[in-house]
Amino acid sequence: MGKKTPQINSGAMADISFLLLTFFLLTSSISTDQGISRVLPPPVPKDVKPPDINKRNIMEVLVNQFDQLLINGEPGTVDDLKREAMIFVENPTDDPRYSVSEVKEIDLLGPVRVSKGVISLQNDRGTSYDMYIQVQNELTKAYNELRDKLSRQKFSKKYDELTSEEQRKAIGEAIPISISEAEPKNIGG
Amino acid sequence: MGRFSKAGKKETPEINTGSMSDIIFMFLFFFMVITKMRETQLFVRVTPPQASEIQKLEKKSLVSSIYIGSPIRTQLYGTAPRIQLNDQFAEPSNIPEFVAKEKMARNEFERNQIVNSLKVDGEVKMGIVTDVKQELRKADSRRVNYATRKKV
Repeated sequence: MGKKTPQINSGAMADISFLLLTFFLLTSSISTDQGISRVLPPPVPKDVKPPDINKRNIMEVLVNQFDQLLINGEPGTVDDLKREAMIFVENPTDDPRYSVSEVKEIDLLGPVRVSKGVISLQNDRGTSYDMYIQVQNELTKAYNELRDKLSRQKFSKKYDELTSEEQRKAIGEAIPISISEAEPKNIGG
Repeated sequence: MGRFSKAGKKETPEINTGSMSDIIFMFLFFFMVITKMRETQLFVRVTPPQASEIQKLEKKSLVSSIYIGSPIRTQLYGTAPRIQLNDQFAEPSNIPEFVAKEKMARNEFERNQIVNSLKVDGEVKMGIVTDVKQELRKADSRRVNYATRKKV
């Protein structure tokens, strides 16, 4: 009579597969859509003239079909963009080259200097989408960093970590994201 | 019959739990397959660019997707970037119709909260994207989200 091979206890197998099952159940719901959010401007009626904006309040960012950048008439790179945008919006020394700010009374914050600066972004039809996103990303980063800074000062927390809706709204009002995309033009090529 | 069985006390037979794991594995595979499935089959290749300042779209039911990229089956459709709405290729002029349909599919109070998720390949030129954006403005569905991957 041969020795009986002992049966392997396979009861725990069910537990292992349950673990896998719950893992997949949980991770599958995480894959939400993510990206950079923007609100497009409403369509402009043809006979309306664009509003006059003080030259100081416009930061011009041009991207050509070779993905080259022109920041306020000077060639630059994506890495310069954030710094330039932050100086332009914040303008702590009230430099006449950068945006004008206006003191506004905002709930929870008190009087705050709110910049009137608008970043005007214009790209060519031949600009690559990747470059466009990089530019948008850098500009968003500039605004987010300014918001973080103010939020740290006032509420000693980062903007992302603010839990109260009023606080977020106040910061958003003090540093509004104003990126204007010019009506598309076919500049060249 | 009785030759190999031990004589004496009767034992209650153990329930065989071996097949339990098979059932659970079946569940597992089911969910693995289900989660891979998209609502639409992609005809265009989309590798979104990377970015760091990313916002998550919380409400999935409000997202409507527009895909732009070069077709996967290049022999049939060529390599020029195309727009895909739902299950077919489209032109920018089809967007107002698409937006109207998406609006009809939502509750009345959600209609102006629809977010158009632009899932665009990084190598696509801005021309076609601008056309789509202009159509979205005209169709008054102005919330957009440029889909990006998280920069590591």
